[in-house]
Amino acid sequence: MRPETEADLAEMIASATRPIRVRGGGTRGVNLNGEMLETGGLSGITLYEPGSLTLVAQAGTPLAEIEAALAAEGQRLAFEPMDHRGLMGTSGAPTIGGVVAANVSGPRRVSVGACRDFMLGVRFVDGTGTLVKNGGRVMKNVTGYDLVKLMTGSWGTLGILTEVSLKVLPTPERTACIMIDGLDDSQAIAAMARALRSPFEVSGAAHLPNGMGDGPVTMLRIEGFSGSVRYRAEQLAALFADMGTRIESDADGVAEHWAQIRDVAPFHGTPGDVWRVSGRPTTGADLARRSGAKAVMYDWGGGLIWMSVPEGTDLRARLGDFDGHATLVRGSGQPKFQPEPAELAALSHGLRQRFDPRGILNTGLMG
Amino acid sequence: MQMPQPDARVLSLKEQIVSRLRKVLPQDAVISDEMETRAYECDALTAYKCPPLAAVLPASTQEVSDVLRVCHDMGVPVVPRGSGTSLAGGALPTADCVLLGVARMTEVIETDYDNRIIRLQTGRTNLSVTGAVEDDGFFYAPDPSSQLACAIAGNIAMNSGGAHCLKYGVTTNNLLGITMVQMDGTIMEIGGKHLDAGGYDLLGLICGSEGQLGVVTEATLRILPKPEGARPVLMGFESNEVAGACVADIIKAGVLPVAIEFMDRPCIEATEAFAKAGYPMCEALLIVEVEGSPAEIDEQLALILEIARRHNPVELREAKDADEAGRIWLGRKSAFGAMGQINDYMCLDGTIPVSELPYVLRRIGEMSREYGLDVANVFHAGDGNMHPLILFDANKEGDLELCEALGADILRLCVEVGGCLTGEHGVGIEKRDLMVDQFAPADLEAQMAVKDVFDPAWLLNPAKVFPLAASESRRSVALAAE
Repeated sequence: MRPETEADLAEMIASATRPIRVRGGGTRGVNLNGEMLETGGLSGITLYEPGSLTLVAQAGTPLAEIEAALAAEGQRLAFEPMDHRGLMGTSGAPTIGGVVAANVSGPRRVSVGACRDFMLGVRFVDGTGTLVKNGGRVMKNVTGYDLVKLMTGSWGTLGILTEVSLKVLPTPERTACIMIDGLDDSQAIAAMARALRSPFEVSGAAHLPNGMGDGPVTMLRIEGFSGSVRYRAEQLAALFADMGTRIESDADGVAEHWAQIRDVAPFHGTPGDVWRVSGRPTTGADLARRSGAKAVMYDWGGGLIWMSVPEGTDLRARLGDFDGHATLVRGSGQPKFQPEPAELAALSHGLRQRFDPRGILNTGLMG
Repeated sequence: MQMPQPDARVLSLKEQIVSRLRKVLPQDAVISDEMETRAYECDALTAYKCPPLAAVLPASTQEVSDVLRVCHDMGVPVVPRGSGTSLAGGALPTADCVLLGVARMTEVIETDYDNRIIRLQTGRTNLSVTGAVEDDGFFYAPDPSSQLACAIAGNIAMNSGGAHCLKYGVTTNNLLGITMVQMDGTIMEIGGKHLDAGGYDLLGLICGSEGQLGVVTEATLRILPKPEGARPVLMGFESNEVAGACVADIIKAGVLPVAIEFMDRPCIEATEAFAKAGYPMCEALLIVEVEGSPAEIDEQLALILEIARRHNPVELREAKDADEAGRIWLGRKSAFGAMGQINDYMCLDGTIPVSELPYVLRRIGEMSREYGLDVANVFHAGDGNMHPLILFDANKEGDLELCEALGADILRLCVEVGGCLTGEHGVGIEKRDLMVDQFAPADLEAQMAVKDVFDPAWLLNPAKVFPLAASESRRSVALAAE
């Protein structure tokens, strides 16, 4: 199925008799049963007002098209969505609908927020074939319930997105990266906490225990106007003077480092399962120890840990009870999402039943 | 504004309800005397008043759960209340409700600077959150103008914003976890101390649901390191159009000020008469504030001033020290007080796309003349959140109704140009009946379906947010089931 309009889509869902699996670019590596519904026919930027920092696009619009339109005006999606292709070994073109459905955010999440924090509005068709809109295209909106947040990260299980509207931000003039070599995991997390506690607006804080194969490196990113970036880079370097820092200020070099962190490059082409663990940042090193993972990578100052473990490992059992949750991103031997406590599972199930009473949308995921 | 008929069955049960509440709460936490319940008869939307059947002031999550269980068992509606500063009637009681105030729950439970979070009970006021962490160099970003009085519980219910949200976002962007009690008394933890919660974004759904999905008793909030400094600049322009174009150019140039405030001539004149801040008499005035170290501030302001000069400002005023900065903000901060001196006023809260500013201001001027009521505009220009203040005389027969009608027309205009009814105050009862202008029946149905899941009997704050006609079948089914 490949709807060309919202009305087509509504009709297809209303008349569906079998489960449907939704596919944007097919890059996130989710394998489900059901008849495939592709969103590529619902494509195109509907509105872009740089002076209002807003962009509205149909859900099937390729992400690359949106990023190119933004770049032409010196703007960007500040939440830095990850490109899953390298990690998952997939091809195809990621769509904006897929990014939103999976609430995909990158390293800058630690300072500016996640995809969900930049979402202004949605239009979607629910599991009964009814078109629903929520939010809008303005920056501040508390009119009615925030179904925009509910839909973001619901993986197409409550409805199929047809249009999304987003807040965009200016691309800063300059960027720089402070690198600290040789820290162990605990030292690195303490250093990142110290940087994030400073007033110097760190927009990325990651630690690679094996670097890019050449020893541990901790990276702190700053962005802004030239004078400001120079000033903050010096201040941060001074903060860690005893650890021996390097400042990388070549724009392409910095962009390359953070693209690798965003896309979890150290795990590309490696064997085994890959998990994404979200926890309290300062507990990061302890979680990594508990996991017994053969390779880990820290982002968000330690609040996000990528873990590589042998296929089929029950990572959740190894982590035990902790403040956070673990998602199986690559692999299939365990449930993808962390099971919820009973009272939350009841609410999730209730929402699923209301929005998709026949349980035909992306059956098997969530709710 | 209509409220539903109070439920005679509930009214007749008052004694039993109060006696059961007294069994689960300390004596002084249950208020049923008719003189004393008056203290809770309204919030900051003072045109509407109704004392509740009883008021309760629980001191813990467990007590909140006990109260809700009693009310749930007996089919009694509950209206939650933070500090009662809602401008939309969000905490307005009905005669058949138990009003649940969180004012006794003000403890800070944990501050954790390495993870940049604070955990607290939600009766705590917004400003005192910053108060608890500022000595250590941190602050809590959302800053509604009622921040001295308003409670975090109300901020979460309304997803409150403030002047600085262009850079830092609103409540929902700064909320990491909550303890919530469902109407049936179930206590649950949602989110936590990590950045993204698993499963559906229930946290995002609950924030801004106007106390209709549950009572939030504890919250984990994101706190931020305080910037090294901040400095405002004031600019005067000869027309709203030019000021609007200047705002768009500043944003397009890649500067992200922490605040861009806009005042029009009626507002400038009124505040000058009241606060004497020395503002220039012009058609439109902007206050733009940036943050950072002194050198970083200089760098940003140089760019902003260069852009402003291209728009032929009638005035450009930089603040050389804290004193001058204070004077730049003085008029803006006293704008509402100034209006209150002149007249009664109603403050609207619609949001529009920033590009529509000049058109909307022109239309508001025309409508103001048609209705014969003055309107002054003061608002957050960077994010398009308007605050038209309609001046009226509460003692003059028919003036309130006329003012409400003009307000409704202005909000419809906001929706018409692609905006919304409310940017930060919430729907409450004030904009409830205008929801049909923004949403199709299916859109409202989807939202009400969410309430069905969290509160199937529709007992929590039931007469708010949705037009009474739209929610009637749900509310009456709930009543009939008792």
